[in-house]
Amino acid sequence: MAEQVKWYERAGACGDVVCSTRVRLARNLKQYPFPAYANGRQKEEIEQKVKDAMLSGNSILSREFCFLPLEELSDEAAVSLVERHLVSPAYISDRKGKGVLLSQDESVSIMVNEEDHLRIQVLREGLSLKEAAELADRIDTLLGETLQFAFDPEFGYLTQCPTNLGTGMRASLMLHLPALTESGAMARIAGNLTKLGLTLRGTYGEGSQITGALYQLSNQITLGLSENEAIVNLSSIASQLIEEERKARHDLCETIPFQDKVDRAAGVLKSAKMLSTSEFMDLVSYLRLGLSAGLLTGTTQEALNALTIHVQPATLMASAGKALDQTQRDILRAQVTRQACAPIHDAKE
Amino acid sequence: MLCQMCGQHPATTHIKTIVNGKLTQAHLCADCAKKQGYGNLFADWGSGFGSLLSGFMGSAAPARQVTRCPGCGASFEDITRSGKIGCAECYHTFRGQLLPIIQRIHGTAQHKGKVPGSSALRVTDTNNKIVAVEETPLEEKKRLLKQAIETQDFERAAVLRDEIKELEQHG
Repeated sequence: MAEQVKWYERAGACGDVVCSTRVRLARNLKQYPFPAYANGRQKEEIEQKVKDAMLSGNSILSREFCFLPLEELSDEAAVSLVERHLVSPAYISDRKGKGVLLSQDESVSIMVNEEDHLRIQVLREGLSLKEAAELADRIDTLLGETLQFAFDPEFGYLTQCPTNLGTGMRASLMLHLPALTESGAMARIAGNLTKLGLTLRGTYGEGSQITGALYQLSNQITLGLSENEAIVNLSSIASQLIEEERKARHDLCETIPFQDKVDRAAGVLKSAKMLSTSEFMDLVSYLRLGLSAGLLTGTTQEALNALTIHVQPATLMASAGKALDQTQRDILRAQVTRQACAPIHDAKE
Repeated sequence: MLCQMCGQHPATTHIKTIVNGKLTQAHLCADCAKKQGYGNLFADWGSGFGSLLSGFMGSAAPARQVTRCPGCGASFEDITRSGKIGCAECYHTFRGQLLPIIQRIHGTAQHKGKVPGSSALRVTDTNNKIVAVEETPLEEKKRLLKQAIETQDFERAAVLRDEIKELEQHG
Protein backbone atom coordinates (compact mmCIF):
# COMPACT_ATOMS: atom_id res chain seq x y z
CA MET A 1 0.00 0.00 0.00
CA ALA A 2 3.01 2.28 0.42
CA GLU A 3 3.12 3.53 -3.17
CA GLN A 4 -0.50 4.75 -3.14
CA VAL A 5 -0.88 8.48 -2.44
CA LYS A 6 -2.61 8.76 0.93
CA TRP A 7 -5.52 11.10 1.50
CA TYR A 8 -3.47 13.30 3.84
CA GLU A 9 -0.82 13.89 1.17
CA ARG A 10 -3.28 15.75 -1.04
CA ALA A 11 -4.17 19.44 -0.89
CA GLY A 12 -7.60 20.38 0.42
CA ALA A 13 -9.99 23.35 0.52
CA CYS A 14 -9.31 25.95 3.24
CA GLY A 15 -6.10 24.01 3.93
CA ASP A 16 -4.64 26.98 5.80
CA VAL A 17 -7.04 26.29 8.70
CA VAL A 18 -8.78 22.96 8.03
CA CYS A 19 -6.36 20.03 8.00
CA SER A 20 -8.92 17.32 7.47
CA THR A 21 -12.56 16.28 7.48
CA ARG A 22 -13.91 13.12 9.04
CA VAL A 23 -17.39 11.63 8.88
CA ARG A 24 -18.26 8.47 10.73
CA LEU A 25 -21.44 6.43 10.92
CA ALA A 26 -22.27 4.08 13.79
CA ARG A 27 -24.18 0.95 12.75
CA ASN A 28 -25.14 -2.30 14.47
CA LEU A 29 -26.41 -5.61 13.22
CA LYS A 30 -29.97 -6.25 14.31
CA GLN A 31 -29.53 -9.87 15.35
CA TYR A 32 -26.48 -9.55 17.63
CA PRO A 33 -25.95 -7.97 21.08
CA PHE A 34 -23.90 -4.76 21.00
CA PRO A 35 -20.09 -5.33 21.35
CA ALA A 36 -19.97 -4.88 25.15
CA TYR A 37 -22.50 -7.72 25.55
CA ALA A 38 -21.41 -9.93 22.63
CA ASN A 39 -19.27 -13.03 23.24
CA GLY A 40 -16.20 -14.08 21.25
CA ARG A 41 -18.12 -16.31 18.86
CA GLN A 42 -20.68 -13.62 18.13
CA LYS A 43 -17.93 -11.07 17.49
CA GLU A 44 -16.31 -13.48 15.04
CA GLU A 45 -19.61 -13.92 13.21
CA ILE A 46 -20.11 -10.16 13.06
CA GLU A 47 -16.63 -9.70 11.66
CA GLN A 48 -17.24 -12.37 9.03
CA LYS A 49 -20.59 -10.85 7.99
CA VAL A 50 -19.13 -7.37 7.63
CA LYS A 51 -16.13 -8.69 5.69
CA ASP A 52 -18.38 -10.65 3.36
CA ALA A 53 -20.69 -7.71 2.81
CA MET A 54 -17.82 -5.41 1.95
CA LEU A 55 -15.36 -7.62 0.14
CA SER A 56 -17.66 -9.90 -1.81
CA GLY A 57 -19.91 -7.11 -3.01
CA ASN A 58 -19.90 -6.31 -6.70
CA SER A 59 -19.32 -2.63 -6.16
CA ILE A 60 -16.18 -0.89 -7.36
CA LEU A 61 -15.80 0.25 -3.76
CA SER A 62 -15.26 -3.27 -2.47
CA ARG A 63 -12.25 -3.94 -4.70
CA GLU A 64 -10.28 -1.21 -2.99
CA PHE A 65 -10.50 -2.66 0.49
CA CYS A 66 -8.31 -4.94 2.53
CA PHE A 67 -8.94 -6.37 5.99
CA LEU A 68 -6.53 -5.97 8.91
CA PRO A 69 -7.18 -8.27 11.88
CA LEU A 70 -6.04 -6.22 14.88
CA GLU A 71 -4.94 -9.25 16.87
CA GLU A 72 -2.22 -9.95 14.31
CA LEU A 73 -0.74 -6.46 14.38
CA SER A 74 2.33 -5.44 16.40
CA ASP A 75 1.87 -2.77 19.04
CA GLU A 76 3.58 -0.16 16.85
CA ALA A 77 1.45 -1.00 13.84
CA ALA A 78 -1.72 -0.72 15.95
CA VAL A 79 -0.72 2.60 17.50
CA SER A 80 0.23 3.84 14.06
CA LEU A 81 -3.39 3.29 12.98
CA VAL A 82 -4.41 5.78 15.69
CA GLU A 83 -1.72 8.24 14.66
CA ARG A 84 -3.01 8.08 11.11
CA HIS A 85 -6.51 8.73 12.50
CA LEU A 86 -7.80 5.45 11.07
CA VAL A 87 -9.06 4.06 14.37
CA SER A 88 -9.84 5.55 17.77
CA PRO A 89 -7.40 5.24 20.71
CA ALA A 90 -9.91 3.17 22.72
CA TYR A 91 -10.26 0.72 19.84
CA ILE A 92 -6.71 -0.67 20.08
CA SER A 93 -6.58 -1.02 23.88
CA ASP A 94 -8.08 -4.51 23.68
CA ARG A 95 -7.57 -5.92 20.21
CA LYS A 96 -9.32 -9.26 20.58
CA GLY A 97 -12.06 -9.92 18.05
CA LYS A 98 -11.48 -6.62 16.29
CA GLY A 99 -10.54 -5.83 12.74
CA VAL A 100 -10.54 -2.92 10.39
CA LEU A 101 -11.38 -2.70 6.71
CA LEU A 102 -9.13 -0.19 5.04
CA SER A 103 -9.20 1.42 1.61
CA GLN A 104 -5.91 1.68 -0.26
CA ASP A 105 -5.51 5.42 0.14
CA GLU A 106 -6.55 5.07 3.81
CA SER A 107 -9.41 7.52 3.32
CA VAL A 108 -12.04 4.97 4.32
CA SER A 109 -11.85 2.70 7.33
CA ILE A 110 -14.53 0.45 8.75
CA MET A 111 -13.87 -0.54 12.35
CA VAL A 112 -15.54 -3.80 13.31
CA ASN A 113 -16.57 -4.42 16.93
CA GLU A 114 -15.59 -1.01 18.21
CA GLU A 115 -18.16 0.62 20.50
CA ASP A 116 -20.65 -0.37 17.80
CA HIS A 117 -20.51 -3.35 15.43
CA LEU A 118 -19.51 -1.03 12.60
CA ARG A 119 -17.95 2.37 12.52
CA ILE A 120 -17.79 3.56 8.93
CA GLN A 121 -15.28 6.37 8.70
CA VAL A 122 -14.36 8.61 5.79
CA LEU A 123 -11.39 10.97 5.94
CA ARG A 124 -10.77 13.81 3.51
CA GLU A 125 -8.11 16.47 3.22
CA GLY A 126 -9.16 20.06 3.95
CA LEU A 127 -12.78 21.16 4.27
CA SER A 128 -14.84 18.53 2.48
CA LEU A 129 -17.87 17.73 4.62
CA LYS A 130 -20.42 17.11 1.88
CA GLU A 131 -18.14 14.86 -0.14
CA ALA A 132 -17.12 12.86 2.92
CA ALA A 133 -20.73 12.49 4.09
CA GLU A 134 -21.79 11.43 0.64
CA LEU A 135 -19.19 8.70 0.44
CA ALA A 136 -19.99 7.44 3.95
CA ASP A 137 -23.65 7.37 2.93
CA ARG A 138 -22.87 5.33 -0.20
CA ILE A 139 -20.83 2.79 1.75
CA ASP A 140 -23.60 2.53 4.33
CA THR A 141 -26.21 1.98 1.62
CA LEU A 142 -24.01 -0.65 0.00
CA LEU A 143 -23.49 -2.52 3.27
CA GLY A 144 -27.18 -2.15 4.09
CA GLU A 145 -28.02 -4.25 1.03
CA THR A 146 -26.56 -7.34 2.71
CA LEU A 147 -26.53 -6.46 6.42
CA GLN A 148 -29.63 -5.83 8.48
CA PHE A 149 -28.94 -2.75 10.58
CA ALA A 150 -30.72 -2.17 13.88
CA PHE A 151 -33.16 0.67 13.28
CA ASP A 152 -36.17 2.16 15.03
CA PRO A 153 -38.49 4.69 13.36
CA GLU A 154 -38.41 6.90 16.47
CA PHE A 155 -34.81 6.45 17.67
CA GLY A 156 -33.21 6.01 14.24
CA TYR A 157 -30.12 3.80 13.98
CA LEU A 158 -29.70 1.99 17.30
CA THR A 159 -26.32 2.31 18.97
CA GLN A 160 -24.62 0.98 22.10
CA CYS A 161 -24.41 4.49 23.53
CA PRO A 162 -27.62 6.56 23.29
CA THR A 163 -25.53 9.66 22.51
CA ASN A 164 -25.11 8.30 18.96
CA LEU A 165 -28.76 7.40 18.32
CA GLY A 166 -30.54 8.74 15.26
CA THR A 167 -28.26 9.29 12.30
CA GLY A 168 -25.30 7.70 14.12
CA MET A 169 -23.28 10.30 12.29
CA ARG A 170 -20.42 12.25 13.79
CA ALA A 171 -18.84 14.74 11.40
CA SER A 172 -15.67 16.47 12.48
CA LEU A 173 -13.12 18.91 11.19
CA MET A 174 -9.52 19.01 12.30
CA LEU A 175 -8.85 22.72 12.68
CA HIS A 176 -5.53 24.44 13.13
CA LEU A 177 -6.31 27.46 15.33
CA PRO A 178 -2.98 28.83 16.59
CA ALA A 179 -3.91 32.51 16.47
CA LEU A 180 -7.18 32.01 18.37
CA THR A 181 -5.31 29.84 20.87
CA GLU A 182 -2.59 32.47 21.27
CA SER A 183 -5.18 35.21 21.84
CA GLY A 184 -6.86 33.11 24.56
CA ALA A 185 -10.20 33.05 22.72
CA MET A 186 -10.56 29.26 22.61
CA ALA A 187 -12.13 28.82 26.06
CA ARG A 188 -14.90 31.30 25.22
CA ILE A 189 -15.46 29.74 21.79
CA ALA A 190 -15.60 26.19 23.17
CA GLY A 191 -18.26 27.29 25.67
CA ASN A 192 -20.40 28.87 22.98
CA LEU A 193 -20.12 25.86 20.68
CA THR A 194 -21.69 23.57 23.27
CA LYS A 195 -24.83 25.71 23.17
CA LEU A 196 -25.00 25.17 19.41
CA GLY A 197 -24.88 21.37 19.69
CA LEU A 198 -21.25 21.22 18.59
CA THR A 199 -18.17 20.21 20.52
CA LEU A 200 -14.41 20.82 20.45
CA ARG A 201 -12.13 17.93 21.31
CA GLY A 202 -8.42 17.16 21.35
CA THR A 203 -6.30 16.16 18.36
CA TYR A 204 -7.04 12.43 18.48
CA GLY A 205 -10.72 12.72 19.41
CA GLU A 206 -12.56 12.13 22.63
CA GLY A 207 -10.51 12.55 25.77
CA SER A 208 -7.26 13.34 23.95
CA GLN A 209 -4.90 16.26 24.40
CA ILE A 210 -4.73 19.29 22.18
CA THR A 211 -1.34 19.31 20.47
CA GLY A 212 0.02 21.92 18.10
CA ALA A 213 -3.19 24.01 18.30
CA LEU A 214 -5.08 21.25 16.45
CA TYR A 215 -8.72 20.88 17.49
CA GLN A 216 -11.52 18.58 16.41
CA LEU A 217 -14.82 20.35 15.88
CA SER A 218 -17.78 17.98 15.63
CA ASN A 219 -21.55 17.73 15.89
CA GLN A 220 -22.88 16.51 19.22
CA ILE A 221 -26.58 15.97 18.52
CA THR A 222 -27.48 13.01 16.30
CA LEU A 223 -31.18 12.58 16.99
CA GLY A 224 -33.78 15.00 15.63
CA LEU A 225 -31.46 16.46 13.03
CA SER A 226 -30.97 14.98 9.58
CA GLU A 227 -27.47 14.21 8.30
CA ASN A 228 -27.66 17.18 6.00
CA GLU A 229 -28.84 19.58 8.71
CA ALA A 230 -26.00 18.50 10.99
CA ILE A 231 -23.51 19.07 8.20
CA VAL A 232 -24.90 22.47 7.23
CA ASN A 233 -24.71 23.48 10.91
CA LEU A 234 -21.15 22.35 11.25
CA SER A 235 -20.12 24.00 7.97
CA SER A 236 -21.55 27.36 8.90
CA ILE A 237 -19.92 27.41 12.34
CA ALA A 238 -16.65 26.19 10.84
CA SER A 239 -16.62 28.98 8.26
CA GLN A 240 -17.12 31.52 11.04
CA LEU A 241 -14.24 30.01 12.99
CA ILE A 242 -12.07 29.98 9.86
CA GLU A 243 -12.78 33.67 9.32
CA GLU A 244 -12.04 34.52 12.96
CA GLU A 245 -8.81 32.55 12.87
CA ARG A 246 -7.70 34.22 9.63
CA LYS A 247 -8.42 37.66 11.06
CA ALA A 248 -6.53 36.86 14.27
CA ARG A 249 -3.64 35.48 12.20
CA HIS A 250 -3.46 38.61 10.12
CA ASP A 251 -3.02 40.78 13.22
CA LEU A 252 -0.63 38.35 14.83
CA CYS A 253 1.61 37.97 11.79
CA GLU A 254 2.18 41.72 11.51
CA THR A 255 4.13 41.73 14.76
CA ILE A 256 7.89 41.22 14.83
CA PRO A 257 7.82 39.04 18.01
CA PHE A 258 5.55 36.62 16.20
CA GLN A 259 7.57 36.66 12.98
CA ASP A 260 10.55 35.91 15.16
CA LYS A 261 8.79 32.84 16.60
CA VAL A 262 7.95 31.57 13.11
CA ASP A 263 11.49 31.98 11.79
CA ARG A 264 12.95 30.42 14.94
CA ALA A 265 10.60 27.45 14.61
CA ALA A 266 11.72 26.99 11.01
CA GLY A 267 15.33 27.27 12.14
CA VAL A 268 14.98 24.56 14.76
CA LEU A 269 13.10 22.18 12.46
CA LYS A 270 15.69 22.68 9.74
CA SER A 271 18.67 22.00 11.94
CA ALA A 272 17.76 20.10 15.13
CA LYS A 273 19.55 16.80 15.75
CA MET A 274 16.86 15.56 18.14
CA LEU A 275 13.15 16.37 18.27
CA SER A 276 10.51 15.09 20.69
CA THR A 277 6.93 14.68 19.38
CA SER A 278 5.61 17.52 21.50
CA GLU A 279 8.37 19.91 20.44
CA PHE A 280 7.76 18.96 16.83
CA MET A 281 4.01 19.56 17.19
CA ASP A 282 4.52 22.99 18.76
CA LEU A 283 7.05 24.10 16.14
CA VAL A 284 5.22 22.74 13.11
CA SER A 285 2.21 24.75 14.26
CA TYR A 286 4.25 27.94 13.76
CA LEU A 287 5.41 26.62 10.41
CA ARG A 288 1.86 26.08 9.19
CA LEU A 289 0.95 29.53 10.32
CA GLY A 290 4.01 31.17 8.78
CA LEU A 291 3.30 29.38 5.53
CA SER A 292 -0.36 30.43 5.35
CA ALA A 293 0.56 34.04 6.25
CA GLY A 294 3.15 34.15 3.51
CA LEU A 295 6.02 34.61 5.95
CA LEU A 296 7.59 31.34 4.88
CA THR A 297 7.87 29.56 1.57
CA GLY A 298 9.30 26.33 0.22
CA THR A 299 6.71 23.77 1.37
CA THR A 300 2.93 23.17 1.39
CA GLN A 301 0.30 22.56 4.05
CA GLU A 302 -0.28 19.03 2.76
CA ALA A 303 3.45 18.29 2.95
CA LEU A 304 3.33 19.38 6.59
CA ASN A 305 0.20 17.25 7.19
CA ALA A 306 2.02 14.22 5.81
CA LEU A 307 5.19 15.01 7.78
CA THR A 308 3.16 15.37 11.00
CA ILE A 309 1.76 11.88 10.55
CA HIS A 310 5.08 10.31 9.51
CA VAL A 311 6.98 11.51 12.59
CA GLN A 312 4.46 10.29 15.19
CA PRO A 313 6.22 7.71 17.41
CA ALA A 314 4.59 4.48 16.26
CA THR A 315 4.36 5.48 12.60
CA LEU A 316 8.05 6.38 12.74
CA MET A 317 8.89 2.93 14.12
CA ALA A 318 6.60 1.21 11.63
CA SER A 319 8.38 2.91 8.74
CA ALA A 320 11.81 2.17 10.26
CA GLY A 321 10.72 -1.46 10.52
CA LYS A 322 12.01 -1.91 14.07
CA ALA A 323 11.42 -0.84 17.66
CA LEU A 324 13.30 2.31 18.68
CA ASP A 325 13.79 3.79 22.12
CA GLN A 326 12.89 7.41 22.73
CA THR A 327 16.36 8.79 22.00
CA GLN A 328 16.55 6.86 18.75
CA ARG A 329 13.10 8.08 17.80
CA ASP A 330 13.96 11.70 18.54
CA ILE A 331 17.07 11.41 16.38
CA LEU A 332 15.19 9.80 13.49
CA ARG A 333 12.34 12.32 13.82
CA ALA A 334 14.82 15.20 13.61
CA GLN A 335 16.50 13.61 10.60
CA VAL A 336 13.21 13.14 8.68
CA THR A 337 12.14 16.66 9.65
CA ARG A 338 15.43 18.28 8.60
CA GLN A 339 15.13 16.67 5.21
CA ALA A 340 11.49 17.71 4.72
CA CYS A 341 12.11 21.25 5.97
CA ALA A 342 15.35 21.90 4.07
CA PRO A 343 13.69 23.92 1.28
CA ILE A 344 11.78 26.15 3.72
CA HIS A 345 12.99 29.74 3.92
CA ASP A 346 11.82 33.22 4.88
CA ALA A 347 9.64 34.58 2.08
CA LYS A 348 11.39 37.96 2.17
CA GLU A 349 14.88 36.58 1.77
CA MET B 1 -15.29 31.49 48.50
CA LEU B 2 -12.03 30.07 49.82
CA CYS B 3 -11.47 26.48 50.85
CA GLN B 4 -12.59 25.80 54.41
CA MET B 5 -9.63 23.57 55.13
CA CYS B 6 -6.59 25.42 53.82
CA GLY B 7 -8.17 28.85 53.41
CA GLN B 8 -5.85 29.51 50.49
CA HIS B 9 -7.36 28.22 47.28
CA PRO B 10 -10.84 28.87 45.83
CA ALA B 11 -13.37 26.24 46.87
CA THR B 12 -14.40 24.27 43.80
CA THR B 13 -15.83 21.16 45.46
CA HIS B 14 -19.02 21.46 47.49
CA ILE B 15 -19.98 18.48 49.56
CA LYS B 16 -23.34 18.03 51.21
CA THR B 17 -23.81 15.17 53.62
CA ILE B 18 -26.95 14.22 55.42
CA VAL B 19 -26.40 12.11 58.53
CA ASN B 20 -29.42 11.29 60.70
CA GLY B 21 -31.37 14.02 58.99
CA LYS B 22 -28.78 16.67 59.75
CA LEU B 23 -27.31 18.49 56.74
CA THR B 24 -23.67 19.53 56.80
CA GLN B 25 -21.93 21.38 54.01
CA ALA B 26 -18.27 21.59 53.18
CA HIS B 27 -16.59 23.81 50.63
CA LEU B 28 -13.15 22.62 49.62
CA CYS B 29 -10.51 23.31 47.01
CA ALA B 30 -9.59 20.50 44.62
CA ASP B 31 -6.45 19.49 46.55
CA CYS B 32 -8.13 19.34 49.96
CA ALA B 33 -11.12 17.49 48.50
CA LYS B 34 -8.73 14.89 47.12
CA LYS B 35 -7.02 14.55 50.50
CA GLN B 36 -10.40 13.98 52.10
CA GLY B 37 -11.06 11.19 49.65
CA TYR B 38 -13.64 13.08 47.60
CA GLY B 39 -11.46 13.08 44.49
CA ASN B 40 -12.64 9.60 43.43
CA LEU B 41 -16.23 10.75 43.25
CA PHE B 42 -15.45 12.72 40.14
CA ALA B 43 -12.73 10.56 38.70
CA ASP B 44 -15.23 8.49 36.72
CA TRP B 45 -16.66 11.54 35.06
CA GLY B 46 -13.52 12.18 33.11
CA SER B 47 -13.33 8.73 31.61
CA GLY B 48 -15.84 9.14 28.82
CA PHE B 49 -19.34 8.60 27.68
CA GLY B 50 -20.00 5.49 29.68
CA SER B 51 -19.74 7.21 33.00
CA LEU B 52 -21.36 10.34 31.66
CA LEU B 53 -24.28 8.19 30.73
CA SER B 54 -24.36 6.59 34.15
CA GLY B 55 -24.67 10.16 35.36
CA PHE B 56 -27.62 10.76 33.08
CA MET B 57 -29.22 7.58 34.24
CA GLY B 58 -28.26 7.99 37.87
CA SER B 59 -31.61 9.27 39.04
CA ALA B 60 -33.56 6.29 37.78
CA ALA B 61 -34.83 4.21 40.66
CA PRO B 62 -33.92 0.51 40.54
CA ALA B 63 -36.83 -1.64 39.52
CA ARG B 64 -38.14 -3.92 42.23
CA GLN B 65 -38.95 -6.76 39.90
CA VAL B 66 -36.02 -7.31 37.59
CA THR B 67 -37.03 -7.24 33.94
CA ARG B 68 -34.47 -8.74 31.60
CA CYS B 69 -34.14 -8.01 27.90
CA PRO B 70 -35.08 -11.13 25.90
CA GLY B 71 -32.45 -10.19 23.31
CA CYS B 72 -29.34 -10.09 25.49
CA GLY B 73 -30.38 -10.78 29.06
CA ALA B 74 -29.38 -7.34 30.34
CA SER B 75 -31.44 -5.73 33.09
CA PHE B 76 -32.02 -1.99 33.25
CA GLU B 77 -29.69 -1.93 36.21
CA ASP B 78 -26.94 -3.52 34.10
CA ILE B 79 -27.44 -0.77 31.56
CA THR B 80 -27.28 2.06 34.07
CA ARG B 81 -24.24 0.55 35.75
CA SER B 82 -22.25 0.13 32.53
CA GLY B 83 -23.70 3.08 30.69
CA LYS B 84 -24.07 0.77 27.71
CA ILE B 85 -27.21 -0.54 26.08
CA GLY B 86 -27.14 -4.32 25.61
CA CYS B 87 -28.71 -4.82 22.20
CA ALA B 88 -31.22 -3.39 19.76
CA GLU B 89 -34.02 -5.21 21.59
CA CYS B 90 -33.18 -3.32 24.83
CA TYR B 91 -34.51 -0.15 23.22
CA HIS B 92 -37.84 -1.94 22.95
CA THR B 93 -37.76 -3.69 26.34
CA PHE B 94 -36.77 -0.61 28.34
CA ARG B 95 -38.35 1.99 26.07
CA GLY B 96 -40.24 3.73 28.86
CA GLN B 97 -37.16 4.12 31.03
CA LEU B 98 -34.83 5.06 28.17
CA LEU B 99 -37.08 7.63 26.54
CA PRO B 100 -36.58 10.43 29.12
CA ILE B 101 -32.82 9.81 29.09
CA ILE B 102 -32.67 10.03 25.32
CA GLN B 103 -34.73 13.21 25.39
CA ARG B 104 -32.33 14.67 27.93
CA ILE B 105 -29.32 13.90 25.75
CA HIS B 106 -30.68 15.04 22.39
CA GLY B 107 -33.52 17.37 23.35
CA THR B 108 -35.88 15.22 21.28
CA ALA B 109 -36.60 11.59 20.56
CA GLN B 110 -37.76 11.74 16.97
CA HIS B 111 -35.32 10.53 14.35
CA LYS B 112 -35.00 12.70 11.30
CA GLY B 113 -32.63 11.48 8.65
CA LYS B 114 -31.59 8.36 6.81
CA VAL B 115 -33.76 5.27 6.88
CA PRO B 116 -32.23 1.90 5.88
CA GLY B 117 -32.43 1.36 2.16
CA SER B 118 -32.66 5.05 1.37
CA SER B 119 -29.97 7.63 0.91
CA ALA B 120 -29.25 10.35 3.45
CA LEU B 121 -28.00 12.73 0.86
CA ARG B 122 -28.57 12.75 -2.81
CA VAL B 123 -26.88 14.61 -5.58
CA THR B 124 -29.00 16.67 -7.94
CA ASP B 125 -27.78 16.45 -11.51
CA THR B 126 -28.13 20.10 -12.36
CA ASN B 127 -25.84 21.89 -9.92
CA ASN B 128 -24.11 18.89 -8.37
CA LYS B 129 -25.24 19.99 -4.92
CA ILE B 130 -26.36 17.59 -2.26
CA VAL B 131 -29.85 18.07 -0.92
CA ALA B 132 -31.41 16.43 2.09
CA VAL B 133 -34.17 13.88 1.83
CA GLU B 134 -36.63 16.07 3.64
CA GLU B 135 -39.14 13.38 4.54
CA THR B 136 -38.91 9.72 5.35
CA PRO B 137 -40.92 7.30 3.19
CA LEU B 138 -43.36 7.04 6.09
CA GLU B 139 -43.78 10.79 6.31
CA GLU B 140 -44.21 10.96 2.55
CA LYS B 141 -46.97 8.34 2.63
CA LYS B 142 -48.72 10.13 5.48
CA ARG B 143 -48.65 13.36 3.51
CA LEU B 144 -50.01 11.62 0.39
CA LEU B 145 -52.72 9.99 2.50
CA LYS B 146 -53.82 13.38 3.78
CA GLN B 147 -53.93 14.67 0.20
CA ALA B 148 -55.90 11.63 -0.96
CA ILE B 149 -58.48 12.13 1.80
CA GLU B 150 -58.75 15.82 1.01
CA THR B 151 -59.35 15.08 -2.68
CA GLN B 152 -61.73 12.26 -1.67
CA ASP B 153 -59.62 9.67 -3.53
CA PHE B 154 -60.59 6.94 -1.08
CA GLU B 155 -59.29 4.04 -3.13
CA ARG B 156 -55.80 5.53 -3.10
CA ALA B 157 -56.21 6.43 0.58
CA ALA B 158 -56.97 2.81 1.47
CA VAL B 159 -53.84 1.59 -0.31
CA LEU B 160 -51.73 4.24 1.41
CA ARG B 161 -53.25 3.43 4.79
CA ASP B 162 -52.23 -0.23 4.42
CA GLU B 163 -48.74 0.73 3.30
CA ILE B 164 -48.34 3.04 6.32
CA LYS B 165 -49.49 0.27 8.63
CA GLU B 166 -46.94 -2.05 7.06
CA LEU B 167 -44.15 0.51 7.43
CA GLU B 168 -45.02 1.29 11.03
CA GLN B 169 -45.08 -2.35 12.00
CA HIS B 170 -41.94 -3.49 10.27
CA GLY B 171 -39.97 -0.26 10.19
